Amino acid sequence: MSAIAERVKQIIVEKLGVEESEVTPEANFQNDLGADSLDTVELIMEFEKEFNLSIPDDQAENIGTVGQAVAYLEENVK
Amino acid sequence: MSFKRVVITGMGALTPIGNDVATYWKNLVAGVSGAAPITRFDAERFRTRFACEVKGLDIHDYIPRQEARKMDPFTQYAVIATDEAMKDAGFDADTLDLDKAGVIWGSGIGGLKTFEDEVLNFSDGGRNPRFNPFFIPKMIADSASGVLSIRYGFRGPTFITVSACASATNALIDAYNYIRLGMMNVCISGGSEAAITNAGVGGFNALKALSENNESPETASRPYDKDRDGFVLGEGGAALILEEYEHAKARGAKIYAEMIGGGMSSDAYHITAPHPEGRGAYMVMKNTLENAGLKPEDIDYINTHGTSTPIGDPQEIKAIEKFFGEHAYNMNISSTKSMTGHLLGGAGAIEAAACIMAIQDQIIPPTINHFTDDPEINPRLNLTFNTAQKRKVDIALSNTFGFGGHNASVIFKRFEE
Repeated sequence: MSAIAERVKQIIVEKLGVEESEVTPEANFQNDLGADSLDTVELIMEFEKEFNLSIPDDQAENIGTVGQAVAYLEENVK
Repeated sequence: MSFKRVVITGMGALTPIGNDVATYWKNLVAGVSGAAPITRFDAERFRTRFACEVKGLDIHDYIPRQEARKMDPFTQYAVIATDEAMKDAGFDADTLDLDKAGVIWGSGIGGLKTFEDEVLNFSDGGRNPRFNPFFIPKMIADSASGVLSIRYGFRGPTFITVSACASATNALIDAYNYIRLGMMNVCISGGSEAAITNAGVGGFNALKALSENNESPETASRPYDKDRDGFVLGEGGAALILEEYEHAKARGAKIYAEMIGGGMSSDAYHITAPHPEGRGAYMVMKNTLENAGLKPEDIDYINTHGTSTPIGDPQEIKAIEKFFGEHAYNMNISSTKSMTGHLLGGAGAIEAAACIMAIQDQIIPPTINHFTDDPEINPRLNLTFNTAQKRKVDIALSNTFGFGGHNASVIFKRFEE
């Protein structure tokens, strides 16, 4: 697992209070990890803070799963 | 129509001198001070560096981490106190009509820490407007009533009352009236506050409202003492379960006391200072006794607002002497803020609980920290200085006065069929 993926997993475990084993690439924040729409907004903000970047709203809308978050960050974090 | 009767069937408390009702009451009677140096934040640069904090509390023993982090501390305190009260009331979840169950809570400020944290974050972050999505729902004062409504599934009237340090008393009065009018069977009421933050202490320091007796925190809150120099900020709250009497009787509920009156008045004078002749304080007691259908000589105990400020304490006392006349010298009077500090919007809740326990146990909790008589305070008054006093207590009055000149009082009576 990449360093980015590991940090993403830790943020999700912390914010959503789920087990690490649940944070699989396919896991959807809302359907699988118990997040509501506010939790999802907060997660995106945490990613922005952790990785020091800004995720535009139209991009954030496409981040619904753990894998999508990791992929976006691996592509955009410098 | 005839009004319904309202009884108290459950209580919970989270206070600077005890994290449940039993401990709170034991320490009130014993005269324990809850004041100590501030641990919530680094208060080194503040004029006041002590407060009455809730102690030995791990929020996560009560509320799972993921829920707790979406609540401001004032809401966490509301949940902890209410969990105790609801357990105490012992409702049968299968038969309770949730559409006739409400939540009317009080808080003077709401989520001050949340507001402070988010604004600090904003100013530290290059002023990029990246506010947390939970900022507003955590901060707004009604969040406590919303969270409690969701937690217990109560679908009747749910809202918050805001009248500074009278907030919880206003909540109790509203809950009482809604039940009297038949609009609810059951109501979670009370209040909570969590203002021991940079902004809370700094803001009250700027008003010169707080005691600055940093050398001796535990003796700083000294209502009616000649050398009082301001109030001591407290935090926490209490929950009371108000229930329509026939509803309580039908389920065989334990009844602590009956709530028989609530009244309000306003000083219409100054945004922070009380009226110098205690005009609002006089009127609120008059209105409350009239609401309860009582005569002055029916009152056995007054739990005063008595915050330990130089100006506030004598005006309430003058109003008591003027309204009660000769009976003022037969009653017991005490300010339990001498022990708990001032819980602002939560004060009316913990002090209502103290009145109810005084009726239960027939004992008056003291006004501690009395060292020197104040020539402005008539020595004929029994202010229950320093030690608790046993006496007959059938009817107790609780006074609360808030910034803005809002005054609210409630009366509890020993329950009889």
